Amino acid sequence: MTAAPPLLEVRDIHHAYRLPRERLFAPPPLVQALSGVGFEIAAGRSLGIVGESGSGKSTLARIVMALDTPTAGSVRLLGQDLHALAPGALRAARRDFQMVFQDPYGSLDPRRTVARTVAEPLAAQGHASRAEQHERALEALAEVGLRPTDGSKYPHEFSGGQRQRIAIARALVTRPRLIVADEPVSALDVSVQAQVLNLLQDLRERLGLSYLLISHDLAVVQHLCDEVAVLHQGRIVERGTPAALFGHAQHPYTRALVDAVPAMVV
Amino acid sequence: MLEVSDLHIHLPTRRGMAEAVRGVDFTLARGGTLGLIGESGCGKSLTALALMGLLPEGARATGSIRFEGQELLGQSDRALQRLRGNRIAMVFQEPMTALNPVHPIGHQVAEPLRLHRSLGAAEALRAAVALLDRVGIPDAARRARDYPHQFSGGQRQRITIAMALACGPDLLVADEPTTALDATVQRQILRLIQELVAERGMALLLISHDLGVIAQNVGRMLVMYGGSVVESGPTAEVFSAMRHPYTRGLFAARPRLGQPLGPGQRLPTIAGTVPELADLPAGCPFAGRCAWTQQRCHTERPEATVLHDGHEVRCLRPEAMA
Amino acid sequence: MSDALRQARRHPAFVLGALLTLALLGAAALSYLWTPGSPFEMDLEAKLLPPGARHWLGTDAYGRDVASLLLVGARSSILAGVIAVGIGLTAGTALGLLAAARRGWVEEGVMRLADFTFAFPAILSAIMLTAVFGPGLGNAIVAIGVFNIPTFARVTRASANAVWAREYVLAARACGKSRWQITWEHVLPNILGVLIVQATIQFALAILAEAALSYLGLGTQPPQPSWGRMLAEAQTLMFQAPLLAVWPGAAIALAVLGLNLLGDGLRDLLDPRLTRAR
Repeated sequence: MTAAPPLLEVRDIHHAYRLPRERLFAPPPLVQALSGVGFEIAAGRSLGIVGESGSGKSTLARIVMALDTPTAGSVRLLGQDLHALAPGALRAARRDFQMVFQDPYGSLDPRRTVARTVAEPLAAQGHASRAEQHERALEALAEVGLRPTDGSKYPHEFSGGQRQRIAIARALVTRPRLIVADEPVSALDVSVQAQVLNLLQDLRERLGLSYLLISHDLAVVQHLCDEVAVLHQGRIVERGTPAALFGHAQHPYTRALVDAVPAMVV
Repeated sequence: MLEVSDLHIHLPTRRGMAEAVRGVDFTLARGGTLGLIGESGCGKSLTALALMGLLPEGARATGSIRFEGQELLGQSDRALQRLRGNRIAMVFQEPMTALNPVHPIGHQVAEPLRLHRSLGAAEALRAAVALLDRVGIPDAARRARDYPHQFSGGQRQRITIAMALACGPDLLVADEPTTALDATVQRQILRLIQELVAERGMALLLISHDLGVIAQNVGRMLVMYGGSVVESGPTAEVFSAMRHPYTRGLFAARPRLGQPLGPGQRLPTIAGTVPELADLPAGCPFAGRCAWTQQRCHTERPEATVLHDGHEVRCLRPEAMA
Repeated sequence: MSDALRQARRHPAFVLGALLTLALLGAAALSYLWTPGSPFEMDLEAKLLPPGARHWLGTDAYGRDVASLLLVGARSSILAGVIAVGIGLTAGTALGLLAAARRGWVEEGVMRLADFTFAFPAILSAIMLTAVFGPGLGNAIVAIGVFNIPTFARVTRASANAVWAREYVLAARACGKSRWQITWEHVLPNILGVLIVQATIQFALAILAEAALSYLGLGTQPPQPSWGRMLAEAQTLMFQAPLLAVWPGAAIALAVLGLNLLGDGLRDLLDPRLTRAR
């Protein structure tokens, strides 16, 4: 389809983890979290992963972000296998992919100012001076609609929606190509959700970002993503455009998910 | 059966006492279902806690809450204890923290029976097993001996429902009972609650932030913002003719499945953010954020305008939304 | 800051603890500049005097001024507290942070070592160490300090593990920060509150331990005054001059009480501020 390689290529991911030993001489039980998960994201396009608890979506997010190593399979960003990189090279590669977490209250260190938190990805890269980091952190805050004076405040002085904006600013500061967002709006009120969703849309159009959006909320995924994959018990059971998937779902699980959304009609 | 009049609740905050609930009125008849919808800080959970007398330390409630003719506000904790779990029961959002991890579930479901009906342990346990069976826990007799961590989130919520129903309460208060659960499980739990409410002729007060949940599960609804009820009425009425700007804003802000927006389009949002309790305007709580705000909205508290059929709205300019 | 002071006033226990602790530190500091009498000069004609104009708290069996003895004795107690807690805090915290950062074998190893050290009753072990290496304040303090290490290691590891589980640490890892950087920049600042509280508790225990060792003759050696040894000397004179036991006993009790109240108060004050997410 496109001549250039895809931005993100996830191939045949398997991941199992061990539970604590139940019996002294028997091997510990294994939980298969992901089985054969694979997908691609082209530059500038966005993919949504829909799943409920136990589907493995959080594990998938961590594997794509190279925070955990899969039992098998590969994750390639811009052609590089993230899990095969040396630590230094991986750190440098992280400039191109960043993450936004679900909990606006937990994802910011309460003892650091907002500016320092937003600058953290730059600090980890190690190239920019302190002054430059601060400068770019304030730029990022402006992009998400916050003021430069907000940089010297602490997280507890902000509301949930504002904190999520700060988390987004942190994800933007290294000018990444890909943002992995794990339930970015689930913890927010409806009216605040709308503001943050609009922001995410703005950023996508303005900066040409790609999102890997993980959510249990079908409407949110439909709103932001060009393609959707449904994850069920560690496997992708169906994928397609939002219209196709949510309009005429083929797989019974997808249909169950769509039916379960309470319609806003009496 | 339940009559709440002019309920005001003041909370201690860092900046002194602030009014968190500002004059809430509603009634609930036996067998009726009422939904309370609003976002964080609107006072919906506080209203529910006030019914049970479970307000946080330092909170002050004034007004009247009459349950079966009896005034609840001002009652001693001992008198309220006789009602809690007995005539009025509550189901909370987080099933994991509502259940005690060190007691088997049979024991916990039987507890209200031992407490309020003075049943012996064995008899109470038998009744508990029957309840667990009714709420859909498979193999209830054997599983009554298991501990909360051995159940899934949905099952734990079923267990807390069983606990709430043990003494056959007249009123069930459910505060965001499905918010922490997966969508497919949410549907099952809400259906279970509906069945039980119909079966036992209970009244249901359902609190949620999700318009879809409210639309599908309750006959009447109250929309709360900044501690006041801004719109109320039969659910069908309110949904077909939303007359308060906040209600409309809430409805419009939610992305709808099957109705995606075009690339240049954005979700309509409500301007600004919810002010802190101490900063709410003296007049209409929505003044300033509302697109139709006039000068007097900041200072005059709107009275309830009756539209038709029990549909009421508190707005100084109801004609603007017609 | 004024917010903190206002909160402090609402905790009378904390205020009392702070005052007692300041009194303790003040007494020791004062003793370097001035004492009412002399804690070293023996005046056998003025022995066992009751409290009076010249000697505010009386004199002991050798005619030494009790008030001066108390003031100077405070020095040993404080020295014991500061150094012993210092040893425990630095070594114990370092081990705890290492255990939480590395997990796996390292964590197991450190924790089992702590368990092993814990298994020895602290004061008895301190006695044994001073018996082997010779009595004296220095050895006593080192012994007490060594047995502080496992306590700090455990407390640090537990709190550090809780911080490692937080999402902002995950976010830092997602940026590419190393474990050492995360420990220094995120974990340590967020467990400071717990460490401070634990330090005040251990300080009180160190004072008690020094008093116990001195009482047994294994800690501070004469002529250096020590509250513990004052108690030992007063024991034989219980019926002749009962007050002699009261003064050092009260001093120890008040010092320990003050530090414990301070620790409790700090815990109350620091926790809600630190964990307050909204």
